[in-house]
Amino acid sequence: MKHTIIALLENEPGVLNRIASLFRRRNFNIESLTVCRTESPDYSRMTLVVDTSETDAELVRKNLAKMINVIDVQDVTHEPIVVRDLALVKIKADAAIRAEIMDLVQIFNAKVVDVSPDELVVEVVGYESRVDNFLNMLRPKGIIEMARTGRIAMPRCGSTPHTPTAVLDGHLSLTNDQ
Amino acid sequence: MGYEPISANAAHQPTTIASEPRSRQKRTMKAAEALVEVLVREGTEHFFGHPGGATLPMYDALYHYPQVKHYLVRHEQIGVHAASGFARATGRPGVCTGTSGPGATNLITGLTDAMLDSTPIVALTGQVVTTWIGKDGFQESDITGMTIPATKHNWLVHNEHEVASTVYEAFKLAMHGRQGPVLVDVPRDVYQREVEFDPNDVVAKHSYRAPSKPSAESLRRAAEAILRAERPIVYVGGGAISSNASKELIDFALTLGAPVATTLMGKGAFPETHELSVGMLGMHGNACANYTMHNTDLIIALGARFDDRVTLKLDAFAPYAKVVHVEIDPAEINKNRRADYPLHGDLRTVLQELTPLVKGFKKEQIAAWWRQVGEWKAKYPLVYYQNADTILPQFAIDTLYQLTKDRHPIVTTDVGQHQMWTAQFFKFDKPRKFITSGGLGTMGYGMPAAMGAQVGCPNDLTLCISGDGSFMQCVQTLMTASEHNIPIKVFVMNNNHLGMVRQWQELFYQERFNAVHMPNQDLARIAEAFGCVGLRAKTPDDIERTFKQALEVTDKPVVVDVFCAQDENCYPMWPSGTAIDAMIIDNPKYAGTTLKGVTR
Repeated sequence: MKHTIIALLENEPGVLNRIASLFRRRNFNIESLTVCRTESPDYSRMTLVVDTSETDAELVRKNLAKMINVIDVQDVTHEPIVVRDLALVKIKADAAIRAEIMDLVQIFNAKVVDVSPDELVVEVVGYESRVDNFLNMLRPKGIIEMARTGRIAMPRCGSTPHTPTAVLDGHLSLTNDQ
Repeated sequence: MGYEPISANAAHQPTTIASEPRSRQKRTMKAAEALVEVLVREGTEHFFGHPGGATLPMYDALYHYPQVKHYLVRHEQIGVHAASGFARATGRPGVCTGTSGPGATNLITGLTDAMLDSTPIVALTGQVVTTWIGKDGFQESDITGMTIPATKHNWLVHNEHEVASTVYEAFKLAMHGRQGPVLVDVPRDVYQREVEFDPNDVVAKHSYRAPSKPSAESLRRAAEAILRAERPIVYVGGGAISSNASKELIDFALTLGAPVATTLMGKGAFPETHELSVGMLGMHGNACANYTMHNTDLIIALGARFDDRVTLKLDAFAPYAKVVHVEIDPAEINKNRRADYPLHGDLRTVLQELTPLVKGFKKEQIAAWWRQVGEWKAKYPLVYYQNADTILPQFAIDTLYQLTKDRHPIVTTDVGQHQMWTAQFFKFDKPRKFITSGGLGTMGYGMPAAMGAQVGCPNDLTLCISGDGSFMQCVQTLMTASEHNIPIKVFVMNNNHLGMVRQWQELFYQERFNAVHMPNQDLARIAEAFGCVGLRAKTPDDIERTFKQALEVTDKPVVVDVFCAQDENCYPMWPSGTAIDAMIIDNPKYAGTTLKGVTR
């Protein structure tokens, strides 16, 4: 099944290389990986999706947790989380089909972010399956190019936050015992 | 490696060699000297390396610190293996260095070896000057990039103020949790910059917490499983040695009175001459140990990682067993074999807490099990058939063991048949005495490791048992060893072949022998050319006399070229990827022989 893993990393050059090297060396197959800055300039945050067994997901988490630049790792798959994926799609939209496209944009609550006489760039945000559906509807109309962020995730309100402060204050453990 | 032009001024600078460390007060110094101050602070007395352009500032700083003794190795691989031998014999981190580019890349084999065998090593490398990094300058290599999978962690230090603290952290990390190698790469200009440094006040960027302990609940559940076991086995790996847990292990094993089997890496953690010991597990292990493992109902794995050389075909391995797995590295738990009772923590500490919980173990409940294990033990001893003419390696190794066992020697090996025969015939009653390349199987490991171990333990008799293939891989170790009068004793089981590869070609490739024959080697003369004593044992009658002669040499290295049978194979042999019924216990060649077998 798909596992969503959140990790807090030191914001240093080469950290992503170390993580990529770990996945390659241990033969873990990544479905998506996003890394971005956090509210603190010293740390970055990674959301990782791996489609694998429970045992292997556990190994991914433990191997990540061993890395010196990794401050905290949590597999949030079974926790209540908010998940988002964003896609930008450039699509053919001449006068003949523009109205049809605009209907889809409206149904999916998407947004036109750029326009020319023959093309549109549309932004869609949501759970991956929603983005997938939107893309499936557009595909027959002729997608020119497409970019997706992959999943980012956050535990819902009321759970322990995955932030540098929470880790440094000792609310989260550095490595997880059995 | 490489050279740097020496400026005219440098040659005329007045130099004094201080007999004491320089002032241990806060003062201005070059980052390279701050680095050496950290080496001193961490108790580094022996340092194995090869200088070059990028590490010249470090060597210049070392000039003033005679208390850090440097051994000039003739190849950086020797330096890193020597650091490994030192670390495994002493339990303290080994320290080695190479310059930028080829000097650094030559360390990679040894770092990978240390990574797989969890050996604490601090490797220091030089890098090209900061402005040339990424420009493919002379002797540039991306050593931190290359050694990501070969180290626990590594650092490229851009800031001169972080050199000392990074090296300090490197020492901490090498020994923290599951031990292993680390590497610090410092550009030449960073070494040369001045810093305000207080040797008494070094702080690492990361703090390392004590390894976590298993919960009382998980300990209780594991203890219950142990108390219920009717056919238990204690499976001891190298972690028992890394964690200095021998005393606790003996207490634990005696409390249960259960059979104890070790891996290649665990040899000596539990006394092998003890009646509870059933020997070594795995591909060339004792049949008794393997049968005990196969039939057990509870594996108590202590600092072991279910390596393929122990399990062979994983899904046919120990099919009736539940598993208690005590392991310091959480990523080892459930990696190869699912643990029913995982106990994550330092083995020594865990055993201190676990043993009292199993005090009530009733030894009667494993009496039937011991009858069975005892039968295997009696039925499947190690055996060899020495004739009057040609030396069998087993005979040579067994004789060496009998001659030296009372002195509890440190024994290193290289990799191949001789390694397996040494593991079979040498029994170790103490930890840190058997030093071999287990995980990576690095030919060429033995002599450098012996040199490092002898340097760290100057009063111990230190032997290296090698083969003619492995001997050649780091033969220039002899030069450094003779230069420093390091009296290692090297016994080469010379069968003019890469014996283990030859064995596989014979058994699995229908005797299509290819690239395994190595004729015309005169190893004693090679030894003499390097300033060592060279001896030869040509017939079985020569063995005892020649070995005794070698053991009497105390002021320089000695190499004994042992002329061995060329076609002797190593048994028992349990072929890779098979279940236990494929294990071949006795050498079929001797079926029906009239020779009298020697059994051990």
